[in-house]
Amino acid sequence: MPAAVVGETAPAVSVRDLRISAPTANGWVDLVRGVDLSVPYGGTLALVGESGAGKSITARSLLGMTPPPTVVSHGSIHVSDLDVTSANDRALHTLRGGIIGLVPQDPTSALNPVRTIGSLFDEVIRSHQRLGRAARRKLVGAALDDVGLRRDVLTRYPHQLSGGMRQRALIGMALVNDPSVIVADEPTTALDATVQAQILELLAARVAGRVALVLITHDLGVAATLCDEVNVMYAGRVVEQGATVDVCNRPRHPYTAGLLAAAPDPATGGVGMVPIPGAPPAPADVVPGCAFKTRCPRRTEQCDLMPELDDGAQRVACWHPLDEPTGGDASP
Amino acid sequence: MAADTTTVPGADQPDGTALLSVDDVAVNFTVRGGVLQAVRGVTLHVDDAETVAVVGESGCGKSTLARTICGLYTPARGTVRLRGVDVHRATKAEQRTIRRNLQLLFQEPLPSLNPRLTVKRILWEPMKANGMSRRLADAEDRIRDQLVAVGLDAGAAERYPGEFSGGQQQRIALARLLVLRPRLICADEPVSALDVSIQAQIVALMLDLQAEHGIAYVVISHDLPLVAQMATRVAVMYLGAIVEAGPAADVVTRPQHPYTAALRSATPEPRAAGTARRIVLPGEPPSPLQPPSGCPFHPRCPIARPHCAWDTPPLADIGQSRHVACFYPGELQP
Repeated sequence: MPAAVVGETAPAVSVRDLRISAPTANGWVDLVRGVDLSVPYGGTLALVGESGAGKSITARSLLGMTPPPTVVSHGSIHVSDLDVTSANDRALHTLRGGIIGLVPQDPTSALNPVRTIGSLFDEVIRSHQRLGRAARRKLVGAALDDVGLRRDVLTRYPHQLSGGMRQRALIGMALVNDPSVIVADEPTTALDATVQAQILELLAARVAGRVALVLITHDLGVAATLCDEVNVMYAGRVVEQGATVDVCNRPRHPYTAGLLAAAPDPATGGVGMVPIPGAPPAPADVVPGCAFKTRCPRRTEQCDLMPELDDGAQRVACWHPLDEPTGGDASP
Repeated sequence: MAADTTTVPGADQPDGTALLSVDDVAVNFTVRGGVLQAVRGVTLHVDDAETVAVVGESGCGKSTLARTICGLYTPARGTVRLRGVDVHRATKAEQRTIRRNLQLLFQEPLPSLNPRLTVKRILWEPMKANGMSRRLADAEDRIRDQLVAVGLDAGAAERYPGEFSGGQQQRIALARLLVLRPRLICADEPVSALDVSIQAQIVALMLDLQAEHGIAYVVISHDLPLVAQMATRVAVMYLGAIVEAGPAADVVTRPQHPYTAALRSATPEPRAAGTARRIVLPGEPPSPLQPPSGCPFHPRCPIARPHCAWDTPPLADIGQSRHVACFYPGELQP
């Protein structure tokens, strides 16, 4: 365990031993199984993983928004000194949009189609600040400048904007109340390649460094573009944690290495895409020990015991990390 | 219009010998606000056992092209021929042959599979429709073999699509096409709905099936690195027309059109953490309802000259099986 940080050096986001559970016909199932996160003010952290890894629900829990019937069953979540798990509705209201700005994945469904962009901005400000019209207009103007939109979008409806402009507007709304944290859940996944490049550039220039950024993504390339630190999640746990540049260039966990090898490598023009066999386990399938062992080329009998994150700058939860020789017979 | 007659890719293929010949195909839609030219004169050829990829962003016309190839849309101009038979003017008997040999694989496997049928019935439906099997009982051995061939258990036959993961569902969708022994599969974003580790599995499976049965693919994708992995040749589309075509590895590593260079550069690379120089294009693809004058790419092009606003570059042969529609090929590199 890293030393708990207290007092004036408290991080913007601090998550300790978080468990999130959902009821099923066969009892409670853990979707997130003991996650620790810490993001300093101005820090950038990516949660990377595939569907079902628990990354999105972890991010939602920062906003006190785990979708029912899932609940935070264990652990603590502090955002800007607010204890999220025990916060009342009033505090949660301040948290959502005031302390944390959320940039959602799909810019189309996130905007009320019958409201103009201007009235949506106005609502976001008015629900968190008591300001006169002129002051609100000034704030909106600054937010639009931040995200590279012209004033005339304010009188337009979401469908009159392109996908990239809608995502810019949402980033502007997330920033307009001057939050300390931005949670961005796959902010470029729904966008075309050239528009994704624009939005990544915008997020890198206007968000990273100014607030604490928690980025959810399945794409290690996006994580590397925006975040200094990365947490790779698999089956509800963080399996590797470290500086993004280290994790991407010298992965220690076989799963991280597998993810990197599975993506097509544009630099080589056609080499790459080595599949990881099998599929991630369903949350209800509780496997004893390491959840990745069924797909792992380095597994041994030791993997039936749960590996914990080791110590050091680049931490990994694996008995046989890639920077160590294989502990035993790697054949199936 | 910029309807040049250059034949790419596979310009050296005389008509009739190619498995699929798409010649100067244009597709229009009448919409409120005028005529939308979704595809504006596309020519490409596909041989047996090869993969031709069509790459582009939303609205470039790539999916319209795929559906036109499969006979779902009728072109305003041009022809689509499978082994020399015009897909859109075929007789009833010819249509049967075409449908069996030319199949469409969808992006999202689950909505394309009937949730209330068992997997074996899903695989039997096309066999029944094509007169290959009257009774399910007679086809069951074939169905089980096909499921095993796509990497599923034979026992999958008795289960329902919703019981499978996304990657397994895409395997079922592939098996449903393969029971007909098609010559050509048109795959519209075949892996983009899947997780990264599963994408690589489906790509490997598709390549194995190709090696074994000589199936040809037309792969429609927005993902340039992916098609570099899958395709023999690639055509890059922008606003309804091909702007660059050639051998996949060459196009991806040494793009000649500035749009291809920008697409290539837009892919964030994990190993380049933060230091990557990226070409970021201004604006977004223009509306096909109001295409720009001259070169359709000029409003966003980092290397455009004034004359690009009124001169339309033809898709020109630049040697080594490569074609590019730009007055300044190769000038912008990722």
